[in-house]
Amino acid sequence: MARVVVDVMLKPEILDPQGQAVANALPRLGVTDVTSVRIGRRIELEFSGDADLDRVREIADKLLANPVIEDFTIHAGERVEA
Amino acid sequence: MSMRIGVVTFPGSLDDGDAARAVRLAGAEAVRLWHADPDLHGVDAVVLPGGFSYGDYLRCGAIARFSAAMESIIDAAKGGLPVLGICNGFQILCEAHLLPGALTRNQHLHFRNRDQWLKVESTSTAWTGTFTDGQEILIPVKNGEGCYVADQRTLDELEATGRVVARYIRGNPNGSQRDIAAITNERGNVVGIMPHPEHAVEALTGPSLDGLGLFASVLAHLAGKTTAVPA
Repeated sequence: MARVVVDVMLKPEILDPQGQAVANALPRLGVTDVTSVRIGRRIELEFSGDADLDRVREIADKLLANPVIEDFTIHAGERVEA
Repeated sequence: MSMRIGVVTFPGSLDDGDAARAVRLAGAEAVRLWHADPDLHGVDAVVLPGGFSYGDYLRCGAIARFSAAMESIIDAAKGGLPVLGICNGFQILCEAHLLPGALTRNQHLHFRNRDQWLKVESTSTAWTGTFTDGQEILIPVKNGEGCYVADQRTLDELEATGRVVARYIRGNPNGSQRDIAAITNERGNVVGIMPHPEHAVEALTGPSLDGLGLFASVLAHLAGKTTAVPA
C-alpha cells in the first residue's frame, strides 16, 4: 500500500477567520509572539497498490481542494505496512 | 398545464419542503427530485434548496456537486434550464463551477439568522424578471458559511456585466465581498442566492412576501420562453 498526503490550505489572500480566532486566543495562554495562524486540512489517501501522482493531483484539484480559494500540496512516498 | 419545478433533496437538505411549498404558492407544480436519481423528470426549472448536503463534509457543496442529479443539472443548466441555488444550493453551484467564486466561513465566525434587506440589482435573469431595478426586498438569511469571495478580476467582471443580482443593504451579515448576496451566470438562467426567498412567501411565517418574486419570475420567464418556441 502507498500513502499519499494532501495538505489543503486557504490561499494567502483569503481571510482565514478560524485561524484569526485562534491567533486572538493565544495571548490568553501567555503567547504574544505569534503573528499569524492559518488553519488547513490534512487528507491521507491510501492506495491498494502504487499511487499514481497525476491521479492524486486530479483528485485534489477536483474534489479535495477548491482551487478558487485553496492551494494544495502533495506528499508521496510513504509506504504503509498492510 | 402548470409549470413543473424540480426541488432536489440531498442527504442533509432541510429547506426542500419549504422550497416545494413556495413553488406551489407561486402557482407551479413542485416535483421532488432525489440526489441519487439522474432523471430530472422533465421539469421546467430546478431549485437547489438550503441545508447541509452530505453533512457539508470537506467543504459546503463539494460532495453534492458530484451527485447523479447534479451531473444532469449541470448539463441542463449549460443548455439554458433555469436553476436557482439557495444558500447551500448557492454553495453547490459554485462548487459545480456553474457560478464563479466561493462561499467561505462568515468573517465573524458566527451563524447569522435574521431578516435581511437586499437590493435587487439585476432584473434580467430568469429568476428576477418581475422585480424592478433597485427594488428593496426583505428576506431571511441564515448561514454559517455565506461569505462570498472571488478574485478582484472576477468581481470586476461580475459588476461590469451586470451579474450581481442582489446586494445586502443596511448591514452585511457575513462579510461577503462587495456586499454580494446573489449572482448569476453569463446567460442569466443560473442564480445563486445566500438568503432564503422560500422563507418569505407567507405572512404567517415570513417577514414579507418578497421571496415569491423569484418563483413568480421564473414562471413568467418560462411562459415567455414557451410562446417564443416556434410551433
